Amino acid sequence: MTDLMPLLRRLTGDEKHAPSSFSTLDVLWVLYDRILDVSPQRVRDPERDRFLLSKGHGPAAFYAVLAAKGFIPDAWLDDLAGPDSPLGHHPDRLLVPGVEIGSGSLGHGLGLAVGTALGLRAQGLTRPRVFVLLGDAELDEGSNHEAIAYAGATGLSTLTAVVVDNRSATHGWPGGIASRFTVNDWTASTVDGRDRDAIEKAVRENQPGRPHAVVAVVEPKGT
Amino acid sequence: MRQTFVDTATRLLADDPRTAVVLADISTDAFGPAATRHPHRVINVGIREQLMLGVAGGLALTGLRPIVHSYATFLVDRTYEQIKLDLDHQGVGAILVSVGGSYDGAPMGRTHMSPGDVTLLDTMAGWTVHVPGHPAEIPPLLRAAASQDGNVYMRLSTLVNDRPRVGALHAARTGRDALVVAVGPLLDPVLRATEGLDVTVAYTNTPRPFAAAALRALLPVDRPAVVLVEPYLAGTSSRLVADALTDVPHRLLALGVGRADLHRYGSPKDHARWHGLDAAGLRRSITGFMH
Repeated sequence: MTDLMPLLRRLTGDEKHAPSSFSTLDVLWVLYDRILDVSPQRVRDPERDRFLLSKGHGPAAFYAVLAAKGFIPDAWLDDLAGPDSPLGHHPDRLLVPGVEIGSGSLGHGLGLAVGTALGLRAQGLTRPRVFVLLGDAELDEGSNHEAIAYAGATGLSTLTAVVVDNRSATHGWPGGIASRFTVNDWTASTVDGRDRDAIEKAVRENQPGRPHAVVAVVEPKGT
Repeated sequence: MRQTFVDTATRLLADDPRTAVVLADISTDAFGPAATRHPHRVINVGIREQLMLGVAGGLALTGLRPIVHSYATFLVDRTYEQIKLDLDHQGVGAILVSVGGSYDGAPMGRTHMSPGDVTLLDTMAGWTVHVPGHPAEIPPLLRAAASQDGNVYMRLSTLVNDRPRVGALHAARTGRDALVVAVGPLLDPVLRATEGLDVTVAYTNTPRPFAAAALRALLPVDRPAVVLVEPYLAGTSSRLVADALTDVPHRLLALGVGRADLHRYGSPKDHARWHGLDAAGLRRSITGFMH
């Protein structure tokens, strides 16, 4: 992780931010370093795994990981949201290689991920997995619950949702976030969102015939 | 029109492996045989219209050509942000096919009406909009839409002209005192309304992209007066007429559906009368404008 901090500093222009400031950092690193079958040379390969960042707000960690993995030049990190910068405060798929969806408005990624999984299946592409990263507050948006119910009812097994939980949902999720998925027939694991081995293990626990959710719990926002 | 659409889409599913149909519990019986033959390309998400559009965006991201279908108010009004972000902003396209635009669903009340669908799509660039006036116009339009990648909206109506017509803006009748542009199923009422008047009546089933060059060519040189007759919100195409005629002093009357919620049921014919879009109302408005 130490090699990501200089990249993050270039984005934020800030020496003080600790890794804990970036709630998605460990999840993103595990996905790109250990899980996803993607590379900068295969951003258009139909057989690649798909990673959809639904929680497009605060994408510094995402950009840093894309730079560390060679999808984008490090120099892009120095002009975040500048007039000619391809990197903004919410990512745009038409501007950044390796970014599968433009996001920012919350509650769009899971529906797009369901459609992506269905589209791959319709073309006989059964091997690629589709991952989508959400936030616990993002789950407030009702569109997510349309997608959760449908994906569970139809057993969309190539789909994995990772929810980074930094307790930022205004009204919380009494009964837990994982239960929102399991009641709809998903499998779900809740892990320490800073424990990279635990994240990797949980992401690999998907079962045939059911979509999978991983709730990655990190420090509450603002602490 | 709905059955012609279903039949054409069913044939497209068989002919073109890139096509997929996405539904939200509307017209699912009609698509039953297609769903049996193509279980992975006829997708009914249940009563979940946000997801219907999100799924369409995802399918398009994988290279498929989604055909998305529901009532206009659920397909466009309810999911406007999904259309804007899950299709337009992602740089992918779909074919949206609606029924129940404007007041076709009059007996069901305002909750099932959508006079503003084309206006909402007009907030984005590059959309093609088809408003067929006859079922026979649907197959070639839908096949052409399936063969490209852009965003296409097809607005099907229960109101139908007596015969099909092809092509973009062209004259159905010629005259010297004004140009009356009739969109889709409003052609027949316009033809009845203008009987005996010396006006050009032009028809289009493709109001977007707007046929600016054809409008200029059809405009009477001595009497540059345009009457727009549109089956959705009045004035929807006014800005495009203005853009087409920036260098031509002209007069414009824009007829269409009013903005007010009338809080009335009745039939589509009743609503046409209340909005002045029946032959008698159109004649009143057009003769008043010409004199």
